[in-house]
Amino acid sequence: MVEEEGFRRYVAHAILWIGIAIVAFPVYIAIVASTQDNALIANGQMSLLPGGHFFEVYYQTIFVGTSGSTREPVGNMMLNSLVMALLIAVGKIAISIISAYAIVYFRFPFRMPIFWIIFITLMLPVEVRIYPTYKIVADLHMLDSYAGLALPLIASATATLLFRQFFMTVPDELLEASRIDGAGPLRFFWDTLLPLSRTNMAALFVILFILGWNQYLWPLLITTRDDMQTIQVGIRKMITTTDALTEWPVVMATAVLAMLPPVFVVVAMQKLFVRGLVETEK
Amino acid sequence: MANVTLRNVRKTYPGGFEAIKGVNVDVADGQFCVLVGPSGCGKSTLLRMVAGLETVTGGEIDIGGRVVNQVEPADRDIAMVFQNYALYPHMSVFNNMAYGLRNRGMKEAEVKTRVDEAARVLELTPMLERKPRQLSGGQRQRVAMGRAIVRQPKVFLFDEPLSNLDAKLRIAMRVEIRKLQRRLNTTSIYVTHDQLEAMTLADVLVVMNGGEVEQIGNPLAIYEKPATTFVASFIGAPPMNLMPTRADEIKSQLGSTEAGILGIRPEDFVITDQTPAGGIALPLTVEAIERVGAETFVYGARDQDEQRVAATPGELPPGEVIVRIPGSEAPPIGARIRVAALRQKLHLFSGDGRTRLEA
Repeated sequence: MVEEEGFRRYVAHAILWIGIAIVAFPVYIAIVASTQDNALIANGQMSLLPGGHFFEVYYQTIFVGTSGSTREPVGNMMLNSLVMALLIAVGKIAISIISAYAIVYFRFPFRMPIFWIIFITLMLPVEVRIYPTYKIVADLHMLDSYAGLALPLIASATATLLFRQFFMTVPDELLEASRIDGAGPLRFFWDTLLPLSRTNMAALFVILFILGWNQYLWPLLITTRDDMQTIQVGIRKMITTTDALTEWPVVMATAVLAMLPPVFVVVAMQKLFVRGLVETEK
Repeated sequence: MANVTLRNVRKTYPGGFEAIKGVNVDVADGQFCVLVGPSGCGKSTLLRMVAGLETVTGGEIDIGGRVVNQVEPADRDIAMVFQNYALYPHMSVFNNMAYGLRNRGMKEAEVKTRVDEAARVLELTPMLERKPRQLSGGQRQRVAMGRAIVRQPKVFLFDEPLSNLDAKLRIAMRVEIRKLQRRLNTTSIYVTHDQLEAMTLADVLVVMNGGEVEQIGNPLAIYEKPATTFVASFIGAPPMNLMPTRADEIKSQLGSTEAGILGIRPEDFVITDQTPAGGIALPLTVEAIERVGAETFVYGARDQDEQRVAATPGELPPGEVIVRIPGSEAPPIGARIRVAALRQKLHLFSGDGRTRLEA
């Protein structure tokens, strides 16, 4: 890049800083608000500097919950969300890599129709098929369970397509060499295809984990018990209160906590992701 | 150790395309057989059928006295070296070679002995822990060879294994493959489109064209007596000069009564003013010269003056002719020269090029 001199460079930097501020300010406010006294926030006298209630607010949030609307500790909500997001991410990857393997490497009747059916489901998001899905889950007695939270969201046309595209770039000679080396279909999948898919799986895991973590409508519908509540549903319930002040420090602390696992996943997986990209060679 | 016999082998694809139109080849135990031909001639398909990677739609493939048409590749006791090596990118060199042995349930101690021995032979010992991407093209080629030899199979199959290497390395590896094959004395089938590779490696040369075998035999015998014009122009570089002739023009030379195609190899011409008894002479105008050091190729155009040609016995009608002369001395471009070939250096084929007319 050409180095700009003097004034023009300051303008460019100023614009970048404004952009960063716009993105970061709400996050900063959330963190600050989560360390203040609720009365101050309610009076509209919130300081823009961190207050002194950090430990008590976070302790209350994680282990006790709000005193009003939801009595569920946020620690438990996080556990629920984590289990759901992990089940969805891992389940989606497992199911879609297996179905992509079947579609790419096996010749069976109606292979292409099946592929197109999977492809078409891309156009049917959860919201569209929510009533029949709810009915099935209810009939299977999976309401208020981890299975009910995760199972209906596990099938993934997107991930299947991604793995299909990747498998099609793997040279046929690798499969043929495996066949001559005495590796059957399962061996080839396990010994060759899975290790080669590592980077794709890492990238997908990041996307799918965040997708699962941010689910709102589905958990809201099928969980009724407080102890099965996920964090995204919990935040919403905390804000809507009747006959009482919204406990903003606790709400903000919950928001900050809800942010942490996705951030952690992105940071942790990014390293593997980048290293994989550099290392992998087909 | 085993012989490989192909009996009337055919391959027809579901669309009706006939890739292999009935091939009979017999490779004796320990022989090195090379399948050569232009791209699309079916040589790779045939090799893959022997490997079991393509189904056989007709005829029989027999390895060591057992018909293997329905046998899985892993159970045919063959090993294959692929053009792009097909090494497992995520495994070390050691594991690449050991994979096939472990899949067969061999004990780890025996696996190690075999891989170490193969690595020693192929000079790969210092690289056993590396991944394929850390190796040069030639080293990857060796690993692919190593993966084949650790198995100690009945038959080696090579699918254009040298075509991804640069010219110098290709020659070095060619010699090495031949030495290795002689030492292990394992029956081998080798596919290439490079006629020089084919000539230098083969005990038995199979020249293929359009899904059919044009000629089978010892490479030198094929070179000296090509059975068809296709073989004549494919084997040998630069290719044999082929000239359509009318019966009356060369009757005195060959005693043939049919119109046919006359073939003369570039190296069988001599620049001379004499016409050898029973031989043939051509007046040429030099159009291009290629000097490669030890030899020089002269591209000449034959005279367009049909009247004059017909008037002189032993001369041929117009066209382009390649002449190979030793050394780097060559006539200048535009010069008019006269070249001649001896009677025993002439090849005569039928008009359609499918049959050799004289023995």
